[in-house]
Amino acid sequence: MTSPYGPTGSDLFTLRRRPAAEKFLDVAFHQLTLALAAVVAVLLLGIVLTVFSGAREAIATFGLRFLTTSAWDPVKGEYGAFVAIYGTLITSLLSLLIAVPLGVGTAIFITEDLMPPIVRNVVGLMVELLAAIPSVVLGLWAIFVMEPAIRPALDLLHRLLGWSPFFASVPQGPGIAPAILILVVMVLPIITAISRDALHQVPIELRQGAYGVGTTRWGAIFSVILPAAISSITGGVMLALGRAMGETMAVTMIIGNALNFNLSLLAPGNTIASMLANQFGEADGIQVSALMYAALILMLLTFAVNVLAQWVVRRLSLKY
Amino acid sequence: MTSTFAQPLIAANDVCMSLQNVTISYGNFEAVRHVFMDIPHGKVSAFIGPSGCGKSTVLRALNRMNDLIPGCHLKGRVVFDGEDLYQPKVDPVEVRRRIGMVFQKPNPFPKTIYENIAFGARINGYRGDMDELVERSLRKAAVWDECKDKLQESGLALSGGQQQRLCIARAIATEPEVILMDEPCSALDPISTLKIEETMHELKRHYTIVIVTHNMQQAVRVADMTAFFNAEAVDGGTGKVGYLVEFSETEKIFNAPAQQVTQDYVSGRFG
Amino acid sequence: MTRTPRATASTGLYERRPLHFNPALRRNRFNRLGTAVAGVFAAIAVLPLVLVLLYVLIQGGRLLSLRLFTELPPAPGFDGGGIGNALLGTVIVTLLASLIAIPVGVGGGIYLSEFSGRSRFAQMVRFANDVLAGVPSIISGVFVYGLIVATRLFFGQSYSALAGGVALAVLMLPTVIKTTDEGLKLVPNELRLGAYGVGASRFVTITRVVVPAALTPISTGVVLALARAAGETAPLIFTALFSAFWPDGIFNPIATMSVLIFNFATMPYPAQNELAWAASFVLVVMILAANLLARWLSRISRA
Repeated sequence: MTSPYGPTGSDLFTLRRRPAAEKFLDVAFHQLTLALAAVVAVLLLGIVLTVFSGAREAIATFGLRFLTTSAWDPVKGEYGAFVAIYGTLITSLLSLLIAVPLGVGTAIFITEDLMPPIVRNVVGLMVELLAAIPSVVLGLWAIFVMEPAIRPALDLLHRLLGWSPFFASVPQGPGIAPAILILVVMVLPIITAISRDALHQVPIELRQGAYGVGTTRWGAIFSVILPAAISSITGGVMLALGRAMGETMAVTMIIGNALNFNLSLLAPGNTIASMLANQFGEADGIQVSALMYAALILMLLTFAVNVLAQWVVRRLSLKY
Repeated sequence: MTSTFAQPLIAANDVCMSLQNVTISYGNFEAVRHVFMDIPHGKVSAFIGPSGCGKSTVLRALNRMNDLIPGCHLKGRVVFDGEDLYQPKVDPVEVRRRIGMVFQKPNPFPKTIYENIAFGARINGYRGDMDELVERSLRKAAVWDECKDKLQESGLALSGGQQQRLCIARAIATEPEVILMDEPCSALDPISTLKIEETMHELKRHYTIVIVTHNMQQAVRVADMTAFFNAEAVDGGTGKVGYLVEFSETEKIFNAPAQQVTQDYVSGRFG
Repeated sequence: MTRTPRATASTGLYERRPLHFNPALRRNRFNRLGTAVAGVFAAIAVLPLVLVLLYVLIQGGRLLSLRLFTELPPAPGFDGGGIGNALLGTVIVTLLASLIAIPVGVGGGIYLSEFSGRSRFAQMVRFANDVLAGVPSIISGVFVYGLIVATRLFFGQSYSALAGGVALAVLMLPTVIKTTDEGLKLVPNELRLGAYGVGASRFVTITRVVVPAALTPISTGVVLALARAAGETAPLIFTALFSAFWPDGIFNPIATMSVLIFNFATMPYPAQNELAWAASFVLVVMILAANLLARWLSRISRA
């Protein structure tokens, strides 16, 4: 093999002909990182397969009845996840109903110059730090501080609206309503952060255009800025929905973990995630399989919501 | 600083806007200083000058667009309709309703073409026939033929030049008294530019137009009056500060300017 | 200034009002309302953080003493004791998780950014990563339970610190991959071309030039992922379980602060409740410090 470089003068550069070891290193490094990247896909597949295979026995035994019945009886071996599915949906949806206006409003507060920058930065930093507080600490706080504090308000709700099945029971500590409130605290930072980024991305030209035809600040926000950011905000809301459905610790600690169905928001309830947290350690036999089945449902729900979120962002995003 | 100001070549009751010793700064940095200028009513006035001379800053000061830039501050008076626009009691929203603006980059709202026009008219309390207004505005902006079959499509679906004329239509739909144009053709191709210049010729029969342009030929083609801004280094400062060199009839600025620096600029010796 | 009446372009179809600000106008009232509502919402959003921090500092800070860090938790019904084993356990489990997640995540991120281009495999990995990031943390616990605990994969042991570490690693991985991928993409291409230009191999270019240039965004992501993992509870309750004793190797159940808070918060004994607050204090201080560190890191990288 002849050197491609000049016949002389190249002798001082001993590595001009790349040694085989170096080439091997390049290839090996490439293959190694490829394998590591593949871990993610394998992991996801592994999660799905593990949960599915664990759930197979329960799927065979209970079928779709599992989704609509609310028996949870380890003695008779009868399991139905309706209470938990209902609880998961009702807590996550209602918490979003409260958190979306709060989060978007806070994002507007942070991005628009309603206040001096220092105030906006402090608010933004605090909301970001709120996201960092561990769920279990929020649960502890909810048990000892929040729930006793809001009990009078829930009592009042019961007295005023007790005729409706949603407020029919007397609030007695843990329940769905406090769980919803703690979920609001947990998803608020996500919605705020994503809405803030979406609002930041609305081009300055569009704002100028709105002000140029003579809108007020809030006229511009409602008619031009929010519509331009709506797709990203919707995507963020969906991501928050996924988080709310899968959120475990704080909810487990405050929802009451009831096994019986009760429509009332003031009564104890359950979610799939808190059911898993409470029972998995002590379950055996078909109960494990039933819990895996519930986990599978939770996974499918969050998966659907997350994929939809990505689709919304990609599909509805503006050309700006 | 050596600069003489336009002699009273405009009769007092023909003055539309009057800048009186206007100095604009961003934070501690002065962008343009000591501008005196009477913008005549019913004419096209062009601002020309090298980049960084503050001509766009002055333009945006005319309808308080600079309010949107944090740290931007104006000293002096900008008088319109007998009022100093920078008095505390003046509502910038009212100012912008009466002094419209077309921006450098076409910025139609992410709404339908129809809504782009109707939006501004509606918030300005328009009481007439909206369909008719949309058509009239689009016609005046010379974009009706291209738009008439797709009024319900997004304004973003138009080409750049069409978008800019849509933005002009949007501005004139609110029937402002003055239209400010900040380099409206800088992002456009020559044919679109030509169409927008024709539009401006149409518009000046009804409106006072102030246009910032980078292109001296454009000033010659469209403007009745031209203001030449320049920038000079300040003592001890790091940046340059803009000032108004002279403001006069376009013909005079380009053929017999009073200042040597104007002569140098219009003959292409710098800038 | 003379004010001359003059015909304007107005056709009478518009209301022309004076230029003065009129606070009674509907749009101005609406404007004030909007600002007030946004202010109230922002205040409500900030309130929980203030309240949580306040209570954690007051309730947990009271118990701060050397004993808290050196002693084991007391038996139910007894006073005193500390959270020493849980603190050590959290450090061990988080360390195990990062030993798994950081190499895999950084390596995978390097592949996505440096080798893959826009291949379908890379798109699939990115998609899987986004999905994995959205998987509820409890599911990661269920997965590790099914894979490791129930099958007694590690030397016949069921619950173990290592199983807990794996469960946390599953949660850390998406963050580490994503921040590595995005951090590397910010490295200007000229830097790569410069290294290739002097004849550096791919391996040398990436490990000596590109990755060091992206070290701050990557470490920011790692710190954030660590902070999140340290506070996670759900994946640990039935993988690492809990232990009343000092850690005994990584193949035995181990106490962690987050599981301690969960267990002790729901116990009917005040001494245990107080320890839960104290553990919350320690955990929150650690996590907030890590978050502020990450913010500081990302700030110096921007400067």
